[in-house]
Amino acid sequence: MAMTDDAIAHMDAKVSDEVAISIENMNKWYGTFHVLRDIDLTVYRGERIVICGPSGSGKSTLIRCINALEEHQKGAITVDGTLLSSDIKNIDTIRSEVGMVFQHFNLFPHLTILENCTLAPIWVRKIPKKEAEETAMHFLTKVKIPEQANKYPGQLSGGQQQRVAIARSLCMRPRIMLFDEPTSALDPEMIKEVLDTMIELAEEGMTMLCVTHEMGFARQVANRVIFMDDGQIVEQNEPEEFFMNPKSDRTKLFLSQILGH
Amino acid sequence: MSDTSVAFVRTESIPPSAPPTAESGVIKWVRENLFSSVTNSILTVLSLLAIYYFVFQLVGPWVANGIWDTDSRRECLERLQGETGGCFSVLTQRWHQLIFGRYPLDAYWRPTTAFILMIVAFAPVLFASLPRQLLIVTGLFPFIAYWLIWGGTILSPLSVLVGIILGYVVYSRLVDRSFATGFVGGILVAVAFWMIAGLVLGENPPAILALPEVESRDIGGFMLNMVIGVVCLSLSLPFGIALALGRQSSMPIIKFFSVIFIEFIRGVPLITLLFVASVVLAYFLPPQANFDIIVRVMIMVTLFASAYIAEVIRGGLAALPRGQYEAADSLGLDYAQSMRLIILPQALKISIPGIVNVAVGLFKDTTLVSVISMFDLVGMIRGPIVSTTDWQGIYWELYGFAALLFFVCCYGISQYSQWLERQLQTDHR
Repeated sequence: MAMTDDAIAHMDAKVSDEVAISIENMNKWYGTFHVLRDIDLTVYRGERIVICGPSGSGKSTLIRCINALEEHQKGAITVDGTLLSSDIKNIDTIRSEVGMVFQHFNLFPHLTILENCTLAPIWVRKIPKKEAEETAMHFLTKVKIPEQANKYPGQLSGGQQQRVAIARSLCMRPRIMLFDEPTSALDPEMIKEVLDTMIELAEEGMTMLCVTHEMGFARQVANRVIFMDDGQIVEQNEPEEFFMNPKSDRTKLFLSQILGH
Repeated sequence: MSDTSVAFVRTESIPPSAPPTAESGVIKWVRENLFSSVTNSILTVLSLLAIYYFVFQLVGPWVANGIWDTDSRRECLERLQGETGGCFSVLTQRWHQLIFGRYPLDAYWRPTTAFILMIVAFAPVLFASLPRQLLIVTGLFPFIAYWLIWGGTILSPLSVLVGIILGYVVYSRLVDRSFATGFVGGILVAVAFWMIAGLVLGENPPAILALPEVESRDIGGFMLNMVIGVVCLSLSLPFGIALALGRQSSMPIIKFFSVIFIEFIRGVPLITLLFVASVVLAYFLPPQANFDIIVRVMIMVTLFASAYIAEVIRGGLAALPRGQYEAADSLGLDYAQSMRLIILPQALKISIPGIVNVAVGLFKDTTLVSVISMFDLVGMIRGPIVSTTDWQGIYWELYGFAALLFFVCCYGISQYSQWLERQLQTDHR
């Protein structure tokens, strides 16, 4: 996964001042359990943010709030200039602009790979079937599995399925991509192929929020790493500083545990 | 290799070879399944003897010596002289009653045509490989079938059809604004059209393409079972889906009513509902309302079946991983799209065995209408046939025939569902 300094510089150049996501004072409770506490986060267009933290720290919940898979009870989330409200039309608009990749892929098992990729463009974007199929083949080629287009998800390996899931999201031409532990359910030899796809996406300037434990990926691709614990953002910094020079004790402990073995 | 070393390197791989002959084919199957132990061998021999006795001593001679051409049971007995043998003449003499009830003899072509049309109408629904244009037949079938079986002018079913089409057009225009607007608007327009059509056509509509009318009480025999079974099953599937989704709804009122409906209907025996349909309902309807008994029974059976189907489908919905809902949501599909394209196709596939179970059960339960004095297949046997002096005392032949008819239909449904399950299997487990 080695990347040249040029590539990193190239990627940095694409981060703009335009705000993609802004989260202000967001709070969420599951019943009486306070999962997310006073989250403030601004994501600029083209930024690649990696969110890490121990399990139960609320990192998945945070990115699931951004496309309203989870409801937040307090605070404001603005995605692409649209304030997230409880209005269903508003939520569907935001969801169609924000791609999401899940830990367990969540491909539709009753549809072929191609149908998985064309379904949302055809029904949500109202794109003609032929055009949607061309787009789908374009992105399947990009994730390097065009030859699987007519198979069903159950016939593919985990890594291939996850790449299809990425292609499926890309077919909606999203402006922001959310990744919820995309490699956690994969065998070690398949992790690389998925990460390579994500790196390629990053190189093209996609705004990405990624919950992951792949610290190598964070180091190379992210331009900001956020550490969460107990539903709060504990520390955030550029990756080099974050890994070399963590400030908070909890960050130090976490890093020593996951990098130490 | 010394005793202490664990190092090992394979230099050539072992080629695959065929299994030993005693471990394959028929011999293996017989040995493993029939004669795997002494007890099993004894049981196998006893079972073979039982099968032999049943087939060659009991049923065989009864069918082989069967008599098909007498006019009464007495003649049969005289002819048999105490030998074993069935008196199947009752079937050849009374087949029209068993199949068509008291339907006018000269009009048998009408239900027969409807039956053939039904096969054509169901074909594109049951087999996805057939051309989609056939679905037009499916859409028109209910109206043609009604006209064929009950007779009368074609204007009445035609006006119902036009009302539905108008309602759908209005719905599709308004649905972009909101589903509720479209739904209510469509229904209002359809009902308005029916009322206008009812006023225009009046009590005695012009006899355009009119067939002689047949009274509902003359429709009977196996045909009545088919009519009730087919109509109620076709209606209860969409109602069941709606109820299952209603029960999962996040809207409390819809959820409340779905739960109440399902739990109430499931808690009441079908036979009570049928009595309600035949007796009690009359008290609630205005005296002049001539609400057809078959329609009343159909409503009750449909309600009953849809509650069961709703629960079966709810099981299918619950079996889907949450991730499927989330993936559909995250792509921006709205509720109707995610249900129709993602959730229901998978949930219904999981529910096929359960739905077929309800379908087969419901089809057989249509014979319960004989209890409220309708002359379906069983009603015909119990009433007009066995009670005549000619055929008094004949049971095995008649009920055997009824059982055979139902078995063929239900076995067909079951085989189809298993074929469908294999067709839809895409998960390659």
